[in-house]
Amino acid sequence: MNNRWRTIDIVIASIIAVAFGVIFWAWGLLYNGPADAIPLPGRALLYGVWLVPAVLGALIVRKPGAAFYTLSLAALVSVAIGTSWGWTIAVQGPLEALGAELIFAIFGYKVYRLPVALLAGATAGVVAAVYDVIVWYPDTSWASFRLPYILITAASSLVIAGLGSVLLTRALAQTGVLDRFAAGRSRALV
Amino acid sequence: MSTVVLRGFGWRHAGRKAWAVRDVDLRIEHGERVLLLGPSGAGKSTLLAALAGLLPDDSGEQAGTIEIDGLDPRNARVGAATDAWFSGRRGEPGQRGVGIVFQDPQTQLVMARSGDDVAFGLENRGVPPAQIWPWVSDALDRVGFSYPITRSTAALSGGEAQRLALAGVLALRPGLLLLDEPTANLDPAGATLVRESLERSRDDATMILVEHRVAEALPLIDRVVVLEPGGGVRADGGPEMVFAAYGDRLADEGVWVPGFTIPPLKSATPATPDLVRAEQVTVAQRLAPVSLSVGAGEVLAVTGPNGAGKSTLALLLGGLLAPTGGRIHGFDDERPPHKWRAATLTGRIGSVFQNPEHQFVTSRVADELAVGPRRLGRSPAEVARTVEKLLERLRLSKLAGANPYTLSGGEARRLSVATALATAPRLLVLDEPTFGQDRRTWIELVTLLATLRDDGHGIVAVTHDDDFVQALADRTFPLGTVQPKQPLPRRRRS
Amino acid sequence: MILAAHPVADPSAPLARRNPVAKLAAALLFSLPLVATLDPLTPAIALAIELAVVPLFGVRYSTLARRAWPVLIASLGLLVTMVLFSATRTGTPLLDLGPFDVTTGVLISALGLVLRLFAVAIPGVLVFATTDPTDLADALVQNAKASPRFAIGALAAFRLLPLLGQEWQMLTLARRARGIDAGRNPLAAARLFVSTAFAMLVGALRRGGRLAVAMDARGFDSGLPRSYARRQIFRPADTALVVGALALSSLTLGITITLGLFRSII
Repeated sequence: MNNRWRTIDIVIASIIAVAFGVIFWAWGLLYNGPADAIPLPGRALLYGVWLVPAVLGALIVRKPGAAFYTLSLAALVSVAIGTSWGWTIAVQGPLEALGAELIFAIFGYKVYRLPVALLAGATAGVVAAVYDVIVWYPDTSWASFRLPYILITAASSLVIAGLGSVLLTRALAQTGVLDRFAAGRSRALV
Repeated sequence: MSTVVLRGFGWRHAGRKAWAVRDVDLRIEHGERVLLLGPSGAGKSTLLAALAGLLPDDSGEQAGTIEIDGLDPRNARVGAATDAWFSGRRGEPGQRGVGIVFQDPQTQLVMARSGDDVAFGLENRGVPPAQIWPWVSDALDRVGFSYPITRSTAALSGGEAQRLALAGVLALRPGLLLLDEPTANLDPAGATLVRESLERSRDDATMILVEHRVAEALPLIDRVVVLEPGGGVRADGGPEMVFAAYGDRLADEGVWVPGFTIPPLKSATPATPDLVRAEQVTVAQRLAPVSLSVGAGEVLAVTGPNGAGKSTLALLLGGLLAPTGGRIHGFDDERPPHKWRAATLTGRIGSVFQNPEHQFVTSRVADELAVGPRRLGRSPAEVARTVEKLLERLRLSKLAGANPYTLSGGEARRLSVATALATAPRLLVLDEPTFGQDRRTWIELVTLLATLRDDGHGIVAVTHDDDFVQALADRTFPLGTVQPKQPLPRRRRS
Repeated sequence: MILAAHPVADPSAPLARRNPVAKLAAALLFSLPLVATLDPLTPAIALAIELAVVPLFGVRYSTLARRAWPVLIASLGLLVTMVLFSATRTGTPLLDLGPFDVTTGVLISALGLVLRLFAVAIPGVLVFATTDPTDLADALVQNAKASPRFAIGALAAFRLLPLLGQEWQMLTLARRARGIDAGRNPLAAARLFVSTAFAMLVGALRRGGRLAVAMDARGFDSGLPRSYARRQIFRPADTALVVGALALSSLTLGITITLGLFRSII
């Protein structure tokens, strides 16, 4: 398995990142309000959405660094477009991405099945939540806030970023856009 | 100048059962200008991709040989970079490389500024910085690009963007120039721009052009090669000879052979009173105030140059956009269409977008057709019947279980028209329905629309296709003859 | 609402002209240390410094306000969170809400967080309002030794951002034309959102595939070392900017520590 990124790998990972930049922007148009920053339950339940690019990028491109690059670029694009949380997304993004990247690395970048995706999603979620809790919600109680927040975020990331990315990859493969990737070979011979 | 030799060449993409191209024996000499023709599926794009060295070994299987100046294109491309330019030896065979221009302008442009985009190719080949910008200017002059190098690529119209893409390719002075339907995504004005550029800038490069607007391509070429789907070269020679011998068959298969016209299909009966009327509607900065009406049993063609607001008008009439001034009303409803619930709208006015893929919402063709009727609350039995009938009528029965995104251009167009018809709206609004189609699907669509019109539907088609207007339109409404109040922004075809 | 991310500032302003990597590094080095503390004084000083240098970047205060508007929304949420979940409620009680007592301690913490949010957001706004994406990519490659293939690949994809934004709007209209709208039902709105997002992803991936082929056709993957059409040079003034940013943030922290007001986040 060649670990060198082809042009199409780089461009597709980048396009996923940019596309999610648009998706996050559109999401912001719909749901812009103080509710966005209130951590429970809305924000934490849907937190996984922000982490999809990492797992999706890895599932499609399947090269070392895919999770890291895709989510980091998505974060950068979000900052460029303008987000409520500003600049630190550009630091938090890569950290979360490293969480997912770590899981794919542990499996030697060879396994891209559901359990690995779930684990990667959950790990990225935990990193994200811990970061939030330390940086943005300091001085809050562990029992009533921090632990529930981390757990809910991890669960959300497991489902949305983990399972969601797997389902999304399959649906995309069915449309034929992934034909130049291993993920697309699951399509029957045409 | 490059010589191209193919011996029994064939290619099969990985994951496909059928060969995309087979048994091609062809020899093209230095400086020849070839028009490559053939019905859809004959493998023209694959052949060009192979010549450009873009089919890696692991993406499929090759049969026979393909050589440009004696070298395999995959090797010739990489090696050509350094020597030829640095030493100024431009005439050396095999070292001038291959350039290819594709059909969609916006996905060929890489950088945000025009000059930077032309420089991109030069940077890739390691051209010394001191030489880059003079060559960029030279290339832009040769294609007749009329803007400064800082011009934003997003602000270019389709034709201008293709000119820029051509400049980017020509900057490296390739010995072989390949063009894969360069004007397919452009309106007539844009296509003219590109053709002019080609005439100005061709130099002495060998050229292979795939183009389905054959009549307009004739001045650029001196030889026609026709590929046979399933393998082999059907015809090879001068244009007159080829068209005289094979014109009929080619026209049947969908090639726009010059001289084969389509008889008009105008309405026999007068239109009945208005379905929709627009009074002085305007959208700030996109459409100057216009008034028009559409009745049942007629085809109204809305024409006009790029930027006049045709697509905006289509959206207004389709109830998808709110006007900033004036009003639209119809169907005996006091509320304007943009305020109707979507379900109501779809039962009265059907909109067919320029890009069929924008309208797909499910993963199976049959389900796509069922969406509309279900939204209107029809019973499952009725829905099934509607789906069945439409599949039949638009020849989509074999594709009922396919994913809509895997359909070919013509099939996707038929599907998008079918989905609009599924809710039996009385008015149909179509944005560039004949965009980029071969002759066969074109005729099919025009015939279908004529039948719908005769059945009592009202049809509004926004189009820049003169043949369409000639063949079908009962009335024409030209936009752009009205003086706009504000400067209208350039809108490019994407 | 248009989706765009272009520089809006006066490009000849002294700090706007600086090397993009220098600006990026300065923003990072200035704002990250602020994160270390919870007190309101540090971010207040930092904010004051930032607001003072805004004109040097050629950005107008009104532009800044417009771009920083979403931050206000987020800060309200933060405020609510502090009130609800603060662990330490020291100081004089101001509002008696049982377990959600609003004390002066809580308010000060909240103030610190909100100020910090702004103090961290503004450098980002300044960098992106004054930096052209192409210049940033060039600088990352030439000055920060980033991989050219990734930088250009990212740039090429980024160029399609406004196109994808327009596509989103078209997709929404197309769905309305098919009879699909959400009305007030949040579940239906969610399904519509996912459907639109999926369609956009498919379109984006298709475009990406074509773009990759076009880039390869122009020699992107040739393995030859690339040359640079546009030079980005790291000048002494750029180094000064980075050092200056670091110095200012150290100074700010220094003041807070000296005054004994430093409160670590851990």
